[in-house]
Amino acid sequence: MHQFTIAEIIRGLRGKEFSSTELTQHLLKRIQQLDSNYNSFITVTEELALNQAKAADERLAAGEAPALCGVPIAHKDIVCTKGIRTSCASKMLDNFIPPYNATIVENLNSAGTVTLGKTNMDEFAMGSSNESSYYGAVKNPWDTNYVPGGSSGGSAAAVAALLVPGATATDTGGSIRQPAALTNTTGLKPTYGRVSRWGIVAYASSLDQAGPIARNAEDVAYLLSAMASHDSKDSTSLDRPQADYTARLNDSVTGLKVGVPKEYFGEGLDGDTAVRVQDALKEFEKLGAELVDISLPHTELAIPAYYVIAPAEASANLSRFDGVRYGHRCEQPSDLRDLYMRSRGEGFGEEVQRRILVGTYALSAGYYDAYYNKAQQVRRLIKQDFMQAFEKVDVIMGPTTPSPAFQLGAKSADPVAMYLEDIYTIATNLAGLPGMSIPCGLVNNMPVGLQITGNYLDEARMLNIAHQYQQVTDWHKASAV
Amino acid sequence: MAVDTQTVEKLAELARIAISNATIEEVSSRLGDILQLVDQLQAINTDGVIPMAHPLDEVQTLRADAVTETDQRNSFLSLAPQSDEGLYLVPKVID
Repeated sequence: MHQFTIAEIIRGLRGKEFSSTELTQHLLKRIQQLDSNYNSFITVTEELALNQAKAADERLAAGEAPALCGVPIAHKDIVCTKGIRTSCASKMLDNFIPPYNATIVENLNSAGTVTLGKTNMDEFAMGSSNESSYYGAVKNPWDTNYVPGGSSGGSAAAVAALLVPGATATDTGGSIRQPAALTNTTGLKPTYGRVSRWGIVAYASSLDQAGPIARNAEDVAYLLSAMASHDSKDSTSLDRPQADYTARLNDSVTGLKVGVPKEYFGEGLDGDTAVRVQDALKEFEKLGAELVDISLPHTELAIPAYYVIAPAEASANLSRFDGVRYGHRCEQPSDLRDLYMRSRGEGFGEEVQRRILVGTYALSAGYYDAYYNKAQQVRRLIKQDFMQAFEKVDVIMGPTTPSPAFQLGAKSADPVAMYLEDIYTIATNLAGLPGMSIPCGLVNNMPVGLQITGNYLDEARMLNIAHQYQQVTDWHKASAV
Repeated sequence: MAVDTQTVEKLAELARIAISNATIEEVSSRLGDILQLVDQLQAINTDGVIPMAHPLDEVQTLRADAVTETDQRNSFLSLAPQSDEGLYLVPKVID
């Protein structure tokens, strides 16, 4: 049963082949038996899951089931869940139990999903390996000596290990696409503003966007259809109607113009990874697509711009964790300053502290123009690169990551080496464009991802393109377990 | 760009993060690496480029001026490390 995709679960539940309760019990047992190998969950919500499954079975029996009724999922532990600890994988929020649900949780609950638990992640979503979690690193189900990527490593690993068919995730610089690539899963970061950020712990507000990770494009389409909405509680939410992202999956891709940026195939890209990506591009040619050489000349400035903007926004966002209203408070503070200093010094891990300090530097008097303002200008240049490309092409394709997964510990001592992991994904966030990663092959039995970047609000077409590729290839069906 | 420990101490004070003397050298060195990375931005000419704040240049939407939030004081206060009679408690600020 754990091998079922979301589409198969929807059909099976409606065809009365099995009940949501049976499926939920099966997956909970599997998590209990196997997750000690992967550490992909921080919290398992057994009681809630069984209650939701029972309610779903009743609605299915009554013939009034919403779209995802009885489908088990997991939420990244950055997404606020009412009455369930939401830790952000940080000591700071180890004791935080939100009094409300994030909008995406409300949306998925309304669609009938069953919540199996909260998935592990890099602390406050800052990382590309899932090693910065207060609850320990997540291991890649393809080889537990390797990282699953980050920051949504728990969501990706849980899907890859067949513990859950789909999960929510967030992506600020690649945190959905990079772990999807390294675990052979399919993940989509929507257009900035397409999915509400309300109730999702903020890292860098102008870049953060939530999206799904699942085992194929069709399942991602089901989840995104439920997640995406206009939300008056998120002032950056786009005022667009809800959409059915499954509607166009079967459209033809004949005549599709695929942009291939030369900057994504240069120095730094692993040779075997390049071959897998080139093979995928040839497959699209066979499907009737046309490959077009393009250039995104400011690509190499994406990481420097990101590491000004994201830490600057993080330093402001994370100032709310003050040891006063919720979260960690130090013992015996001598005065208010001591309370702030030690609560934050003890509550935040190394990488989070580093980014807050970098952001504080970039925003401090005398440096604002040289760093923050400059980075925001470069951001516009990066967006203009994409806009010029989209005058000639429909989508852009390339590698999601420079190489397959690396070993645990390989980059943890060198933050800058870790940052370069996101070289192909970060520009998409800076421009606010939708991006996804789909499986396109293996190198030494470790997965490789193909990145598809679309124009604003073109998620339905991207999912169509990914789905058509997955009709003629089997890479997404390759299993870690 | 090198970052000296004095600068780190100043940043830590501004950010209200206690950093131990044992780790300050390490923190300085890592911050230096990151600032060296972001200093690549200085090489590019951005004269006349308007800084980009929102990817889609959208403006904030307005809502009707009506009360929509309910009083949840007690549920929020229950999360606080220390509270009393509807107030958050902190160490004495004014003598």
